[in-house]
Formats: sequence, structure tokens, C-alpha cells
Amino acid sequence: MSDLNKLGLAEARDMLRAGDTTSVELTEACLKAIDQADALNTFVHKTPEIAMERAKAADARIATGDAPSMCGLPVGIKDLFCTKGVESQAASRILEGFKPEYESTVSQQLADAGAVMLGKLNMDEFAMGSSNETSAYGNAVSPWRRGNDDAQLTPGGSSGGSASAVAADLCLAATGTDTGGSIRQPAAFTGTVGIKPTYGRCSRWGIVAFASSLDQAGPMTKSVRDAAIMLEAMCGHDPKDSTSADLAVPNFEAMLTGDIKGKKIGIPKEYHMDGMPEEIETLWAEGRAMMKAAGAELVDISLPHTKYALPAYYVIAPAEASSNLARYDGVRFGHRATLAAGDGITEMYEKTRAEGFGHEVQRRVMIGTYVLSAGFYDAYYNRARRVRALIKKDFDDVFAAGIDAILTPATPSAAFGLGEMNDEDPVKMYLNDVFTVTVNLAGLPGISVPTGLDHQGLPLGLQLIGRPWEEGDLLNTAYALESAAGFVAKPGKWW
Amino acid sequence: MSIDKDTAARVAKLARIKVEEDALPALAQEFNTILGFIEQLNEVDVTGVEPMTSVTPQRLKRREDVVTDGNQQAKVLKNAPDAREGFFAVPKVVE
Repeated sequence: MSDLNKLGLAEARDMLRAGDTTSVELTEACLKAIDQADALNTFVHKTPEIAMERAKAADARIATGDAPSMCGLPVGIKDLFCTKGVESQAASRILEGFKPEYESTVSQQLADAGAVMLGKLNMDEFAMGSSNETSAYGNAVSPWRRGNDDAQLTPGGSSGGSASAVAADLCLAATGTDTGGSIRQPAAFTGTVGIKPTYGRCSRWGIVAFASSLDQAGPMTKSVRDAAIMLEAMCGHDPKDSTSADLAVPNFEAMLTGDIKGKKIGIPKEYHMDGMPEEIETLWAEGRAMMKAAGAELVDISLPHTKYALPAYYVIAPAEASSNLARYDGVRFGHRATLAAGDGITEMYEKTRAEGFGHEVQRRVMIGTYVLSAGFYDAYYNRARRVRALIKKDFDDVFAAGIDAILTPATPSAAFGLGEMNDEDPVKMYLNDVFTVTVNLAGLPGISVPTGLDHQGLPLGLQLIGRPWEEGDLLNTAYALESAAGFVAKPGKWW
Repeated sequence: MSIDKDTAARVAKLARIKVEEDALPALAQEFNTILGFIEQLNEVDVTGVEPMTSVTPQRLKRREDVVTDGNQQAKVLKNAPDAREGFFAVPKVVE
């Protein structure tokens, strides 16, 4: 069969188990597609030798009948995950040449389940960005275009390389991470599915830290079923992450019945933003109609502190980043600046960090430093953490009132052109995360599902937000939405 | 709250990031834009609300206070820009 790279995880798994293909064939198809897609700049470190070795091992394992769901399936790994002996740079110059001596828990669990790593994927530097334009590797490019216009579009960010690679069928699925929307926004921009699980579901150990109280890993896939399969392999308790939840991981795929009769779906009035494009309002209305037609009950709800989520995030995330990124000092790993005669250790730190960090990362580290500095800690940092508690309480209250899931738009617009936001102030870019960031602040699971195209032919997605630890129920609701929307559009191949 | 050039320079110093003198005014302006956005938080009544420490209520697990790892000097030093004789090497710290 040709075009094996175009398969999803579930189809490929079933073919492997039936003996209709091999992991080696699947992997070769992906490696070939990757080599033809350098124009997308998604795979920034290719690992074909590791891939072929793991594919052969997976085939041997499948032959013995010991094949977990991910066994033999080729995936891409976001550059934020430390992978043993393979460059892991978080798309930053400051980690140039860094090859970890260890493997992140999530990528190890995928490897243990038999998944095949094809390489490392482009992203925004340290996951700070919404367009993949802050990467030291250069922009990742979306496979989507506006009709016949050849302007390059963003795949979103920060998991832009992951989203682009999945949408362009360079891999069957990919890992992403999400601190303020970095899985769900790129998924929405590229017509793919992305889920951020409940905070604590996936171990953060070995994932380069951005904002530790918000960061979560999750899968980026071609379908909700694939998301269920891959999420299950990524989740689980890990003693090496003190915030990792010691809870059993359900069989998420088995929970996909598509039956959402009687489920209460909350529609938050605060997500009707001023100036939101008509197309997004329409998409959301269509989503509501689909939920209703599937037997769910729509309930108008209020999440009164929604407006304050982005400003709270832009205190808390930079504050945590300034602390986490203090480790990049030019001493233990990565880049060290060339020093002038007489330079001491302070000059080494300052020059190394000025050379190693890109503009957006520098800006956020300094904002974080400011809001944590003496005299401002209470006014900014503590106030933001108090507002965060209120945002979480908004969600607690609606869930306590019986809401099962909340339906919102995933993004305030379709993908924009690379470079189009260059002259805007940083806050304009931050608004991309307006619908997703509340979910990180409240630690909840959220999933983006593609449900339509805009007038330019670009994908748009809706977001479903679930109760904590109920990813299975959330995936089932997403599955019902996906089935109703019947989104099948794919980008035409131009690369 | 308005950030001037001197405050921007102080923040850069605290963050140990070298910022050239001529880049400071633009940096101060960016800080002001972002902090202006953050100012909205002052509209919220947070009376009696505790700052969030953990998004999921949990008691951190405990374990015996014993050594569980070690003897990995070579691995620890492997990625260092300058390692000598089993140590990280840095410019002279003490005069």
C-alpha cells in the first residue's frame, strides 16, 4: 500500500495487528515524506537510524503477539522533550548542542509502548509563542494555504512543528506541550486534534520547563480516537514528578461510544468576545447545534473572571519562567558566550543569556523578574495567584452545578500569515490564547477538534473543556462532535 | 506604574541579561505595554482569596530521606561548555 504515512494511529495499529503492513514499511513511508518536506521546517533533528531500529524491534514484538496500541507507530517528538543522546534544544540557541543523558518520562513511556521516534519537532523557543516564529530553527510553516495564495501561514504555536507535521502526514501523530494553549491553538490552525490533559496526568519529568504550574504534555493527532490511544500511553504516575497524579489511567479508547445523550454542555457567555469574527461565532453556533442534535442539553453558563485569565497568565507564566530559566547560565550545558579579557562570572552570565535567549524569551524572563522583585511581588505575583484561584472557582462552580463539559471556540481567528504580526505589540499576539489559557490556569483537560473551514479555506476548531481527571468522558464528547462535524479537509501538497 | 530606562536596566541586571544602553528605551516601552495589560487585575476584588499554590489539591508524597542516585560525574559533566578535572570550569570568581 502506498501513502502509509497518511494513516492515523488506529488504522495503522489495526493493519499491523492484522499483518497487512509492518512498522518498517510505515516508518520508511514517514521518513520519505519527511525528507520531501524540508520546506515546512518541522523536523529539525531527524533520527532515521533510531526510527528504523525501533521499527524492526516493534515488528519483532508484534510477531510475538505482545503489541500495545502504540507498538510500531511512527511519531514525532516536540523538541521540548529530552531524548537521550539526541539534540533537545527547546528551539533555543542557549541549548545548542545539548544531548541529554536521560529520556523524558513521556517519551520513554511511548518508547516502552513500542512507538517509533522519527525525530524532533520545531516549536517556539522554550514554548513561548503562538506562531512558531520565536524558534532558533526558523519558522515552522503550515501545510495549509489561503486558496491559491502562496503566502506562508503559521501552523500556530508553540507546538507548531508538531501540528504541521501531523497535518502534512509526515508522521502518524506527535507529542505537544501546552502551557497556555500550545497544543490546542496549533491543532485548531491545522485541522488536527490536540488534547491537553488535566494538570498532573502526564509527568513533566525531562520536559524542558517553562511554567511548571501550567505545563502539560499531550498528543496531537489526526482524530479523536488517535488522541485517546496516544494519551493513554503518555499518562501515568511518575515518582520523579512530585505533581504527577497517582491515579489509574483508564482505557480512553474504550470510552468512545459517541453517546452524549443527556450530557450537560455549558456555553459560557463570556467567550463571546468583542470584535470576534462572524465566522467564529457561526462555527460555535454550529457546534452547539451538533451537540444538541446528538442529544446533549445546552446550558448557558457564566465564568465571570474569564477576562482576567490572560493578564493573570502573563504574570504567572513569566514569573515561573524567570525562575526555571535561571539554570541557563553557560556553566552546565549549552551555549557559553566568548568572553573578553577581564570578564568575570557575572559578564559570563549576562553575555551568555543575551546571546542564547531570543527576544521573546528575554522579554518574558525580564517581566517575570520584575513581577517577582521586592516591592512588586504582592502587587503583581500574589494578586495574579489570587485571581487564578477565582478563575478556578468559576469552573468548580459550574461543574458542581452539573455541567459535564464546556464548548467554546478554540481560537479567535484562523491561522495568520508568518510575519503578519511582526509590527504588532506583544499583547496582540498573546490574545491568540484567550480561549485556551483559562484551562491551564484551572488545571483542567481541554481538547481542540476541527469542525469547519473559514472563507479562505483554512481550518477552524472548537474547544471542549472537561472536568478534572475525566479525560475519557471529554474524549467521548469530542468524538461525538467530530462525528457530527465530519471534518475531512486536508491541505493540498505544494511542498 | 511606568517603567523608565533605569528600571529597565535594573531588571535586565537582576535577570542577568546584557542589554545594550541604546536598546533600553524600547525595552522599557515594551514592559509598559505588557504591564499596562496586566493592570486590569487591579479591577478584581480579591478580598479574602488565598493565592493559589497548587491547582489540584494534593499532599505531596513523601519518601525516606536517603540517597537514591549518584556516581554519575561523567554524565553530569558531559554537556558542560568547559569541564576540567571533574569540575565545571568558570571564570575567576574570587579576586
